[in-house]
Amino acid sequence: MNKKSGIFSKIYIFIIMAFFYIPIIYTIIFSFNSTRSLTHFKGFSLHWYEKMFNDHTMMQAIFYTIIIAVIATIISTIVGTITAIGLSKSNKIVKALVEQVNSLPIMNPEIVTAIGLLMLFSTLAIKKGFLTMLLAHIMFCIPYVILSIMPKLRSLDPNLSDAALDLGATPWQAITKVIVPQIMPGIVSGALIAFTMSFDDFVISYFVTGNGVNNISIMVYTMSKRINPSINAISTIIILIITVVLVIINVVPIIKTRKLKKEYE
Amino acid sequence: MKQFRTMAYPYIVWIIAMIVVPMLMIVMYAFTTKGNEVTTFRFTFENFLQFFSDSIFIDVLKRSLFIAIVTTVICILLGYPTAYILAQMEGRKKMILVLLITIPMWINMLVRTYAWVGILQDEGVINSLLFSLFGIKIKMLHTSFAVILGMVYNFIPFMILQIHTSLAKMDKSLIEAASDLGANRLQCFLRVTLPLSLPGVISGITLVFLPAVSSFFIPKLLGGGQYVLIGNVIESQFLTSGSWNFGSAISLIMAVIIMISMYITKKVDKGDTERGRFN
Repeated sequence: MNKKSGIFSKIYIFIIMAFFYIPIIYTIIFSFNSTRSLTHFKGFSLHWYEKMFNDHTMMQAIFYTIIIAVIATIISTIVGTITAIGLSKSNKIVKALVEQVNSLPIMNPEIVTAIGLLMLFSTLAIKKGFLTMLLAHIMFCIPYVILSIMPKLRSLDPNLSDAALDLGATPWQAITKVIVPQIMPGIVSGALIAFTMSFDDFVISYFVTGNGVNNISIMVYTMSKRINPSINAISTIIILIITVVLVIINVVPIIKTRKLKKEYE
Repeated sequence: MKQFRTMAYPYIVWIIAMIVVPMLMIVMYAFTTKGNEVTTFRFTFENFLQFFSDSIFIDVLKRSLFIAIVTTVICILLGYPTAYILAQMEGRKKMILVLLITIPMWINMLVRTYAWVGILQDEGVINSLLFSLFGIKIKMLHTSFAVILGMVYNFIPFMILQIHTSLAKMDKSLIEAASDLGANRLQCFLRVTLPLSLPGVISGITLVFLPAVSSFFIPKLLGGGQYVLIGNVIESQFLTSGSWNFGSAISLIMAVIIMISMYITKKVDKGDTERGRFN
């Protein structure tokens, strides 16, 4: 009985994984196709990669995606950390209210956030483009940073910073030398979430951008109207980078703990 | 200690400007009409009447709800067994599988959705296979099937991970106790495992239904230009026809529908667990 269900679950998991990975493998294979066809593989070539690197709009989209993700991550991580520390010392009502508003961009459908920002930027007559996209990204990244830091602050002993202040530390020292090191894991995971949120964003960017400032998502969206295998080439590069990063993040701690175990033995 | 409080103030100003004001603008535009100056705010239901009196918009609304509900149900039906099997596993095997489910989530949604265009095409892989085996071709791209497939593909990892988390948290000895007391495997599942994993299913529903009902690039890429869901209507109101008032009203309608469905799901969940407690 148990063995039978074991085989059944193996087959089931295999089918689900196939469903997840067939499109990804398909993208990778056809990025090396020598013809424009997305359906028949004619032969191996790096033609579409070459084309991608020579395509000005594609390279520009990659540039904007990375630069916005980096700036938005840095700013939202700093602001998010400062705010989270401030909130942890604020009174309950302020804290609850800010947390409530803070979670709105996460709870709301992206398109609602997007049109809200579009109307705000247009009303304020801010020229649509790099700045509006960056502001929007900072806006939806900070909530994730705050959300990942707050639990760490909650489990932090409030006496620690008091002790630091009593022992003569300036508030700045108390924060940088006592609080921040303790909540570092939360800050790091918040920054990581912020980066990927910004890197992958489509809906909000699509609504608030203008003047030819595009990111990778917008580019895929506008290019997909015609068959363009260069999209597969850039997709393959993204897939490879993300897979390598995720595998490293997940495997390195295992290797580390194993090494530690060996040292103890 | 209190001096740290001021650290939160800049962000409070920021969220008022970037979150609260845009939300208020949506509400304000939804209840006013064009030409109606913002300074002379005059309350009107015109935009909502326009939406509900036009059968085209009603059809779009119905279709969006239908697609989102079907997507959510399929995600539960396919995702629950996956999470269940995952929860039974241990050690490295489980870690690798969770990683395999997580990796696609980190890859750009547009990129993943675009991949299906090539697969589902009339001349695509599936149809070539069908043609050489059975001599038939099925039109898949630009149908509801393609849209639902795209949504399930994009959103099912959320469902699997949510259910898995609640199953993994479950105390395994409860099942042992149940089977010791004479429950068979089906009874164990229906009366112990399933009720305890419901919170995971509920948060999974939230994470699937919400993006499914508001998505506009999946219908555009896989449903074609003619395939219109409520997200596409909002997009065209803002980016094509520039009608902020009507567009705001539609997004408000969508937000209310989402809130109502979330409320119903939570209510159903509560009812179930309460009944479970007394049985």
